Amino acid sequence: MIPDKTFRALSISSMWLWLMIFALIPSFLLLMTSLLTHGDNELLQLRLTLNNYFSVFNLSYFKVFLRSIMLASSCTVLCLLLAYPFSYILARSEAKYKRILLLLVIIPFWTSSLIRSYAIVAILKTNGIINHFLLWTGIISQPLQLLYTHTATLLGLVYTLLPLMIFPIYSSIEKLDTRFIDAARDLGANKTQVFFKVILPLTFPGILAGSILVFLPAMTLFYIPDLLGGAKTILIGNIIQNQFLAARNWPMGATISIVLTLIMSIVLIFYWRTSPKRQDSFYELH
Amino acid sequence: MSIENSSIIEVIEINGSNTTANTLEPNGSNTTQHATSNIIELKGIQKHYGDHLVLNDINLEVKNSEFLTILGPSGCGKTTLLRLISGFETPTQGTILMNGKDVNGLPPHLRQVNTVFQSYALFPHMNIFDNVAFGLRCKGLPKNVIEKRVREALKMVKLEKYAERKPHQLSGGQQQRIAIARAVVNQPLVLLLDEPLSSLDYRLRKAMQLELKQLQAQLGITFILVTHDQEEALSTADRVVIMNHGLIEQVGTPREVYEEPQNLHVAKFLGEVNIFNTKVINADTDFLKVEVEGKAMSLRNNKNFEAHQTLYTLLRPEDLEVWRDNEVENPDKKNNMHPAKVMQVIYKGSTVDLILRLETGTQILVTQFFNEDDEKLDFHVGEPVWVHWHPGWEVMLSDDSR
Repeated sequence: MIPDKTFRALSISSMWLWLMIFALIPSFLLLMTSLLTHGDNELLQLRLTLNNYFSVFNLSYFKVFLRSIMLASSCTVLCLLLAYPFSYILARSEAKYKRILLLLVIIPFWTSSLIRSYAIVAILKTNGIINHFLLWTGIISQPLQLLYTHTATLLGLVYTLLPLMIFPIYSSIEKLDTRFIDAARDLGANKTQVFFKVILPLTFPGILAGSILVFLPAMTLFYIPDLLGGAKTILIGNIIQNQFLAARNWPMGATISIVLTLIMSIVLIFYWRTSPKRQDSFYELH
Repeated sequence: MSIENSSIIEVIEINGSNTTANTLEPNGSNTTQHATSNIIELKGIQKHYGDHLVLNDINLEVKNSEFLTILGPSGCGKTTLLRLISGFETPTQGTILMNGKDVNGLPPHLRQVNTVFQSYALFPHMNIFDNVAFGLRCKGLPKNVIEKRVREALKMVKLEKYAERKPHQLSGGQQQRIAIARAVVNQPLVLLLDEPLSSLDYRLRKAMQLELKQLQAQLGITFILVTHDQEEALSTADRVVIMNHGLIEQVGTPREVYEEPQNLHVAKFLGEVNIFNTKVINADTDFLKVEVEGKAMSLRNNKNFEAHQTLYTLLRPEDLEVWRDNEVENPDKKNNMHPAKVMQVIYKGSTVDLILRLETGTQILVTQFFNEDDEKLDFHVGEPVWVHWHPGWEVMLSDDSR
């Protein structure tokens, strides 16, 4: 038996080590890169500068940022609208159905999301499954342009990120004490009132957590707009990928990444500022 | 802790000076109008969960403005009974009348009853004011009315200063009072209380029992309280319903159920009781010749017992007297006394409990009070004594009333 203290020290230090190697050091390297200069002949010139940061603040980048945020927001809202009722049914269903439903949510994770995106391409493309079907039924006479649209990108993002919304919401509904619902009904609340006055606010931490888990990756999942949106939807993730792999401008790519990280950190800080108070009241009560 | 204690003291003092007029006359003027009407009637209620019979043939009439306490061990169906009244459960069979109307199928939010839950179930995301205002807001009352009634309700439970706090910032006793305020602010026909005091400590529970009783008298609303604590049941109730295994065993005033239990279960469940094995030797309409724990005695025949029946003679510990041999002046008196031996002496401050063994080997518990006859109560283990009770204080039950 390892003594309790040793075990705790070991587990905490190994976690720190992990974070150091895979999060802190890479972030630091990224930060350093963003402060260097792009060279024509070599990857990096060892000349410190803030120029990269100044060039981020230009209109075209701002437009892409804005578009990314818009797309990520629509994706988040759609995921929320789909995930909430699903999670509610899931959390309230019998144990045997619950297991099957949860499994159905998890199964897609066993396949790489890149491969799943190619599957969506196969469904949406001009001679894909949907167009074939619609032509066969005679609803349309010309194949529809489904792939390489804004909607296709959104569809791909929602499909890929939906489970990340389902799990936190599911767990918050699962944890929700039904006595609060009983109390609300007892006090005269009808179903709508019970939902908006009690269930929704008490599961809000789950909604917030799910929204962050969906919103942040939705900004950067570059291969989904690439595959499904064609050249039409350029997102912040695509620009970063472009800077690193096509333009070979590592400092610029790093700078955009850092700015993105900063924006996301602000979102996360906002989340932590609002949620602890809520959590407090839950824990103290039980 | 100290804050909690001081607030309770304050509450009792305020109650003492403010509400004496109300509390001296329980069920003030409100009662007389509806003295005979039943606010709730349960007729032939049965409740199954699958094959499991939780409630069996429950018939109960709840009078307007009474404090009814349902007492029973856990799993006896008392909480289910409460949930049938509040509408969270529907009876498998039978009808529930509320104010004379059948409420079958009426959902909880449309019933004019409110519940104080065991865990209080205060909404953690709302402050105290919003918690209390919840029911009124659901009904869509105007803002100024809500404001006024919530303030009144908070004042009633002496917590008007806490309106802006969150539930978790209040002590258990305070949360309890908010739960009561949140329910009664809706002016229900009946207030249901599901083991409301079980999570409070002993002293606070005692204080809250008094407060509940006073509150009920003040409001004139019918209270139905469910508890497994017999002391709580006796001290709060106008009438007690004693339940066991999904059946009602007895309904009556606290005094009736304590002094005239209808069966052994009721007798054992309420306080301590000594059970003497008794054989009827001879019986006529007035008197019984019996053998109580091997001793021939003559007792009144109040329940038409017949000769050769086997009975139980029940006596509360405080109804028995214990005498030393030298204290019995007239030896004839010993004919009505049982010889016993002191096995244990338990000093309890205001009383002394004795565990005695009768000659038949039956162990009994006797409570002796300090009074002018017996200032010392100086009994010793092993001492021979005489046990006696005043004829007529005993309760006799036949074997099959079990």
